[in-house]
Amino acid sequence: MIRRMMISLAVLAAAPVALAQSVVVYGEKVWTGTSQGTLENGVVVVENGRITSVGTAPARVPAGALEVRAEWVTPGLISAFSRTGLAEVSGVDDTNDGGAGKSAFSAALNAADGFNPDATPIAVTRLEGFTRLAVAPEAASKLFGGQGFLADTTGLDGSIFKERAFTYVVLGESGASLSGGSRPAAWASLRGAFDDVRFFGARYMSHNDGNVLTRMDAQALMPAVRGEQLILFQASRASDLNAIMDFQEENPSLKVAIVGADEGWRVAKRLAALEIPVIVDAFSNLPASFSQLAATSENAKRLAEAGVTVAIVHLENDSHQARLATQVAGNAVANGMPFDIAMKALTSAPAQIFGMTDLGVLAPGGRADVVAWDGDPLEVTSAPVAVYIDGESQPMVSRQTKLRDRYRTLDESERPMAFKR
Amino acid sequence: MQLRILCLAAVAGLFVAACDRPGKGGDDASTASIANPFPSTYTPYPSQTLLITNATVIDGAGGLIEKGSVLIEDGRIKEVGTDLKAPNGAATIDAAGKWVTPGIIDNHSHLGAYPSPGVDSHDDGNEISGPVTAEVWVEHSVWPQDPGFTRALAGGITSLQILPGSANLFGGRGVTLKNVPARSVQAMKFPGAPYTLKMACGENPKRVYGYGNASTPGGAPYSRMGNVAGYRDAWIKATEYKKDWDRFNAGGGSEPKRDLELETLAGVLNGEILVHMHCYRADEMAQIIDISKEFGYKVTAFHHAVESYKIADKLAEYGACSSMWADWWGFKMEAYDGIRENIPLVHNAGACAIVHSDSDIGIQRLNQEAAKAWADGKRMGIDIPIEVAWQWLSLNPAKSLGVDDKTGSLEPGKMADVVIWSGNPFSSYTKAEKVYVDGALMFDRDDPASQPVMDFELGQPGEGDRK
Repeated sequence: MIRRMMISLAVLAAAPVALAQSVVVYGEKVWTGTSQGTLENGVVVVENGRITSVGTAPARVPAGALEVRAEWVTPGLISAFSRTGLAEVSGVDDTNDGGAGKSAFSAALNAADGFNPDATPIAVTRLEGFTRLAVAPEAASKLFGGQGFLADTTGLDGSIFKERAFTYVVLGESGASLSGGSRPAAWASLRGAFDDVRFFGARYMSHNDGNVLTRMDAQALMPAVRGEQLILFQASRASDLNAIMDFQEENPSLKVAIVGADEGWRVAKRLAALEIPVIVDAFSNLPASFSQLAATSENAKRLAEAGVTVAIVHLENDSHQARLATQVAGNAVANGMPFDIAMKALTSAPAQIFGMTDLGVLAPGGRADVVAWDGDPLEVTSAPVAVYIDGESQPMVSRQTKLRDRYRTLDESERPMAFKR
Repeated sequence: MQLRILCLAAVAGLFVAACDRPGKGGDDASTASIANPFPSTYTPYPSQTLLITNATVIDGAGGLIEKGSVLIEDGRIKEVGTDLKAPNGAATIDAAGKWVTPGIIDNHSHLGAYPSPGVDSHDDGNEISGPVTAEVWVEHSVWPQDPGFTRALAGGITSLQILPGSANLFGGRGVTLKNVPARSVQAMKFPGAPYTLKMACGENPKRVYGYGNASTPGGAPYSRMGNVAGYRDAWIKATEYKKDWDRFNAGGGSEPKRDLELETLAGVLNGEILVHMHCYRADEMAQIIDISKEFGYKVTAFHHAVESYKIADKLAEYGACSSMWADWWGFKMEAYDGIRENIPLVHNAGACAIVHSDSDIGIQRLNQEAAKAWADGKRMGIDIPIEVAWQWLSLNPAKSLGVDDKTGSLEPGKMADVVIWSGNPFSSYTKAEKVYVDGALMFDRDDPASQPVMDFELGQPGEGDRK
C-alpha cells in the first residue's frame, strides 16, 4: 500500500527535456491483457511513445530512461461511456454541453464540438488511471443523441483522436419519451430515420426535412446506417434488447453495441451469437424502473460467461465520475466475474468496441498508455502513482489535489488560506 | 393519570423522546399518545445464542481483535473477546478468515420515500409545497416495500435514517429505522430513537422556491440571504410558540393551539429533536452555526458537507458531525470543491466524521466508501487505523441519531446488530455474508431462504437480485 515509486534522480537530472522520454516501469505484478497474462516482477519498456518490450526483470534499460517501480502495472484504462469533458459543473447549464433539448438537430449534434480539454474532470479522471475516453452526447431532443468521440485524457489540444466514432441512440423508456411517448413511436422514428438516410437523394432534393430527420441529421446518420460506423444503443429491458437484435438481424450490416443492458443476462446467448458487445454498470442491481426489473449484481458476470464482450462503466454522474469504473469492476469480481475479464472490461473490451487500435493492452508495438499503481487496480484502496499517455508522463495533480494541499493544515495565523498554492 | 399528565406535558413542552422512551412510567414505545402518535411496533425477531469465533473483530469503539469472538445472547451483545466459551446449547460459527463488525448505520437515506421503481407515483421524498414544511414527517412517505431496503441489508446496513429531501429550508422530520422487512413503517421504527429535523442550506431551497420553476421571481427564498431570513423567521415563531406552552405548563392562561410545524421546531429548541442539515459550503456552515447559537439549539450533523475540510477545526470546536461522501463532486456548483480527502481531514481535525450514502446504490457499499477515504487519507499522511475509521460507519452515525447507547458498537448490552464479512471489509472483493439485526439473522448470502424479497419484486423476472 505504501507508495513505492522510485525515480533515479541522476538519470532524471541528466535527462533532456524531450517529448519522447524513455521509461522503464517495473511492477511486482504486470497485468498485460495479452496471452502473457499477469507477470510477476514484470517490466514494461517504453520508447518514443510506444511499448517496446513487456517481460520479466531484468530488462534492457534504454539510455536516459526514467525508471519507475510500483506494485502493479496495467495498460491505461479506457472509459467506455461517459460525458467527461462535456461539462464543468453538470448542474450548471452554462457549463454543460452534454445535451440540447431545444435543438432542432439530433443525429448531427457532434459531441466533439462541446469538448473542453481544460475541463477539471479530465485531470481528476486521469489521476485514477484512465487514459482514454469514449464520450457520448446526451439524447435530449430526439432519440438520436448525436455523434460520440474518442479522446485521451492529457487535457491538451488535440486530445480527441477520433470524432464521429459512433452514433448514440436512446431506446427503452427514454427513447419512448423522446419520440412522443411510446416504444412504438421510438421504433417508428428509428425506422423512419433509416428510410430518410436510405432515400437521402430523393427525399432531400427539394426539402430540408425527411420523415424524421433534417437534412443535416440524415447526413450525419449515414455512416451508421451503411454499417461504416458503430451505433451505440441505450436500452435495459430484455424486450428492448431483443428488439435491437431483431433490428440488427433485419439490417445485418449494422455495427451495434448496447449501453445499459441491465437485463442483458436474460438475452446473453443471443447477444453473444450476434457478437453485440455491451457496456454495463455493474452497480445497477435495483428495479429502478420497470425496464430494470431483472437488474442484478451478477449481470456483468453472466453476460461474460455467455461469451458477450463486456465493458464496465460507472454511469452515475457520468461527466465527473467515470473514474469509479474500477470500483464497479472490483464489485463485478466480488459477484463472480473473473478478475482478468473485469480488467479487460476496462481496457481491451472498450478498445475493441470503439476500434482503438494498439490500446488496451501492454504489448510490444502498442501505444504506451501505461499506469503504475500502489496496489491492485480494482481495489478501492489503490491509486495510480504514475500515468503515461503515448509514453508521456502525466502530471499527477488536479484542482482537487490543489484544494487538498491548501487545506491540509488550517493555520491562518500569518496569512489567509488564499495565499497558499 | 400521572402518565396522562406526563404525556400532555410532553405535547406542550414537546418532550417527545421522553414519552417515546421505553420503560418511562409504562409509557413505552408501543403506546400511542398525542406526542407519539405513530409508535414503533418493532420487536426483535427470534434469535439464538450464538458464538462467533476466530474472526477479525472490529468492535466499533475503536478496537480490533485478531482471532476474536463475539457472543450474542437474547439479541444483545453479551461479550467480545478472544477465548470465549460457547454456553450450553449455543450455535457457533467458526469465522476463520472472516471479519466481524457492528452493522453499518447510514444516517442519510431516502429509501422508502424515493423508492424503486422511481416512478412519479413514488415521488414522496419532498413536500415542495413551501420552503418551511417542518410539519411533515417523512415516515408518512416511507413505503416499506422498497426493494432498496433489501439491497442495503445485503450491504450490511442494520439501521438507517430516512430523511425528507432538501428542497425546503425545513424539510420535515426524519425517522430512524431498523433495517428489517415489515408491513408498516411503524414495525421498522427504531425503538426509542429521537426524532430528527431535516434542514437545508444553499442552492436547493433557493432554486426550488425563488426561481419558481423558471418563472422569476417565484417566491422566497430567492437567494442565500433569503434562506437565512427564512430560517430565522421560523425560529422566531418557534420561540414564541415555545414560550406560550411554557407559560401554559407553568399554570398560566389558556391552552395554546397546537401547530404541527411549530411543534417540531419547538422540539428542536427543547433539545428533543436533532437537527440534520444539508449544507455543502464551508461558509454557509459557519453561518448556520451562528444561527443555532442565536436561537439556542444545536446542529447535530451537517450532511454532504463537501467543504467540511475547509473548516474542520471550527466543526470540531462546535461539535457537529459531518456526514459525507467519499468522492462525490462537481454535479452542482456547491459540490465543485469536493475532494477525496474530506473525510480523513475532518477526522484528523478531531471532528466527528460519518460516511453517508444519500443513494440506493451507495448505501450498498458504505464500507468501500469508507475504505476509499481511509486509503486517500493514508496517502496524504493521515494514518488512521481501520478499526478507528470504522467509527465513521457505525458509532458516529449512531451518535448523530441519538442511539449510540443502544447500537453502533459491539459492546456488552448493546443490540446485536452485527455483520460477518467474507474478508476485510475495506476491500472491493469483500461481501457481507451474514447480517444480524438484534441477533436475528436477516440476510445470509449463502442461503436463498434467508434473503428477503419485497412484494414488488415477487413474481418479477429478477425477484430480488439473486435469481
